[in-house]
Amino acid sequence: MSLSSVKNFTRHARYVMTENPVTALAALLFLFIVIAAVAGPALVPYDPMATNGGRALQPPSWNHWFGTDHLGRDVFSRVVVATRLDLMISLAAVALAFVIGSAMGAVAGYFGGWADRITGRLLDTIMAFPLFVLAMGVVAAAGNTIENIVYATAIINLPFYARMARAEVNIRRNAGFVQAARLSGNGDWRILAQHIFPNTLPPMMVQISLNMGWAILNAAGLSFIGLGVRPPTPEWGIMVAEGANFIVSGEWWLAFFPGVALMLAVFTFNLLGDGLRDLVDPQRRT
Amino acid sequence: MSIPLLDIKALTVEFGTRRGVVDAVRQVSVTVAKGETVGIVGESGSGKSVTSYAVMRILDRAGRIAGGSIVFGGINVGKADERTMRDLRGREMSMIFQNPRAALNPIRSVGRQIEDVLIEHSLATRADAREKAIDVLKAVRINDPESRYHAYPFELSGGMCQRVVIAVALACRPRLLIADEPTTGLDVTTQKAVMDLIRELTAERNMSTLLITHDLGLAAAYCDRIVVMEKGRVVEEADTATLFANPRHPYTRRLLQATPRLDSKVADLLPEEDSRRRTPSTRPPGETLLQIQDLVKVFPGKDKGDEYRAVDGLSFEVRSGESLGLVGESGCGKSTTSSMIMRLLDPTSGHILFNGEDIGAVPGKRFAGHSARASLQMVFQDPTDSLNPRWSARRSISDPLMRLASVGGSALRAKVEAVAEMVGLPDHLLDRFPHQLSGGQKARVGIARAIALEPKLLILDEPTAALDVSVQAVVLNLLVELRERLGMSYLFISHDLNVVRLLCERVLVMKAGRIVEQGSAEHLLDRPEHPYTRELLAAIPHPPSSPPRVSSESEDSVIAARWP
Repeated sequence: MSLSSVKNFTRHARYVMTENPVTALAALLFLFIVIAAVAGPALVPYDPMATNGGRALQPPSWNHWFGTDHLGRDVFSRVVVATRLDLMISLAAVALAFVIGSAMGAVAGYFGGWADRITGRLLDTIMAFPLFVLAMGVVAAAGNTIENIVYATAIINLPFYARMARAEVNIRRNAGFVQAARLSGNGDWRILAQHIFPNTLPPMMVQISLNMGWAILNAAGLSFIGLGVRPPTPEWGIMVAEGANFIVSGEWWLAFFPGVALMLAVFTFNLLGDGLRDLVDPQRRT
Repeated sequence: MSIPLLDIKALTVEFGTRRGVVDAVRQVSVTVAKGETVGIVGESGSGKSVTSYAVMRILDRAGRIAGGSIVFGGINVGKADERTMRDLRGREMSMIFQNPRAALNPIRSVGRQIEDVLIEHSLATRADAREKAIDVLKAVRINDPESRYHAYPFELSGGMCQRVVIAVALACRPRLLIADEPTTGLDVTTQKAVMDLIRELTAERNMSTLLITHDLGLAAAYCDRIVVMEKGRVVEEADTATLFANPRHPYTRRLLQATPRLDSKVADLLPEEDSRRRTPSTRPPGETLLQIQDLVKVFPGKDKGDEYRAVDGLSFEVRSGESLGLVGESGCGKSTTSSMIMRLLDPTSGHILFNGEDIGAVPGKRFAGHSARASLQMVFQDPTDSLNPRWSARRSISDPLMRLASVGGSALRAKVEAVAEMVGLPDHLLDRFPHQLSGGQKARVGIARAIALEPKLLILDEPTAALDVSVQAVVLNLLVELRERLGMSYLFISHDLNVVRLLCERVLVMKAGRIVEQGSAEHLLDRPEHPYTRELLAAIPHPPSSPPRVSSESEDSVIAARWP
């Protein structure tokens, strides 16, 4: 049974890819990013932390594909190694926001009444802040650690999941299959968890994917202004921030390559959304 | 013969899909003369709607006219440019769609929507548009057109909305009206009013009408000529009297047989050689199973004054082994009543005695754990909506067994397969998702889930309303068989007296939350006393009474004589 369902899934995945070349491209880029994150540190030619004063600020060459920075560190190695950290931060943040946000939204949408009113106002309060400033505030107040970046990013993404889950659960609350489930002896919580919530997943997948992009950008943004990850840890935001000082004097590669990596990652997740939705939606399967 | 207004010759329409190109319509030829009403009849997937979309050239992006020609009033529609088509649509030919609410723009008043059409086709100017729009509303017999002019679609009833859609369609006095299932989803009395209106208006203006429907009775009552389609092909074409008196194609005969007539029995709906035919037993019902006493449901309004009494002092009883019909139009409170009996909704006052115990006193929220839960089950109206789209058929049927009977493992598997076999659902379909099943198969999954626990009372809420007639015939016979085998009682809820009487010995007619008439099915049908029952009965369009039999010559002539 499980073997055949895995086989079905692969066949369906292949169909989704061939039908939409953009999804195939996004999946390819995503694979590339995942490989960089998992195997990056083992693959890179130089130690990303090793300084070498003699080779500082060299332009891209055969030995240093992306050039070297002001301390003589290899930019290519640093860009590749940074993938893991950036991906981990955004993945953790999005997972946290998705789990808490959609649980809050689902409860609000299903039960309505006071639960709905309280979560609604809470979310409105979060949304009332400029989100990036809120994240800055959280990190500045709670302390400059990677965990706090994760929490801050999760908090600012939470309202999107909560609102979406609330709306999607609300429209299905009185659907025929929910009434049928009630007749079958299911209690409220089981109906919510087993019948309604899984049906909200396809649209949520698009949101998750888009949010991954934002979360990466957000984490990099926080590092860029000096919050969160600290040098000399390789991280795209810090690298862009450090490299920005050298653009004026013509050493463009310091900021350019980490910037491109950041852009590619965001681009990938934005493109991936539709494909992910098609993948989890059983109605797209035959 | 004069040149027809619409001449479709050997039309083929293709759709590009995931599994390659599919012919939705193959070599279809239909003509419509001036002033004629032609019905295209077929079940879902027969290509009848696609044909009409091709005439209007409003096919989906995936569809294209692959062969044949459509000539309308001398213009080749298949080859005309988009500008010519824009002029034709609305002014020369227009269309009425199935769902009137979806066809109207929800944020524009209905008067403005009629004006838009008039101005678009230069039949009115800004100055006199309002006046002309009100004239059009008058023409479709809308009371008080001056104030209705400002109404928004959500403020109007379904029948009213359909009148407005007709008003929009007829505003420019087109020569051809295409009506695609114009009354599906409307009550029978509203259906009659709307169809009568279409007939009157088209006769008045000498218009041609193409009526697309799945309902043979409707086509019989309103069409001059009928084209029967099956799987994208025309299988038979004849004028209405000939078609009913002497159907030549086996498919037409099957369709005719499956359409309930005034005098047909439930077994008559299936061919004689079909093993699924069943005759209800005439066993007298046992003791009282369900007793409803003075049941009331009030929905609160915004103010104290406008609370709404959906169910207003209802009392009746259902005996064990009995089938009781509950008939009424939308808004009469029949669904509210069934929800209360099923304990999905709490009554405002009154008692629901099930086996002598007042289950109405147990709050609906806590009824999931009640001992009577397994004995009260329901088959829902819309088989698609009532199945969880992410669950396979097997899992849907298993759900009540796991929750209420605590069956698991291989016993569960065996039980599900046994129930599926009982409703005629083959094993290999059990692992499919709802969207991979046909309407009839989904209905069977819904029935299987409801009977899995062998309930004592089964509420059937319009269980066949969303099904094709041939599937309805099979499902109705299946329900008869299941009742005999499992000894269940049925509460059959429907707006269609004619279907209800096939299954039920006793029928209640409900209006505005009250019972207006009750009695045996035959009595109600033959000698209805309440004017409302008579109105309901008169509104149901019927094919000619007796089942046509091709074999016997003499009987043919009798039927032909009976049919005007």
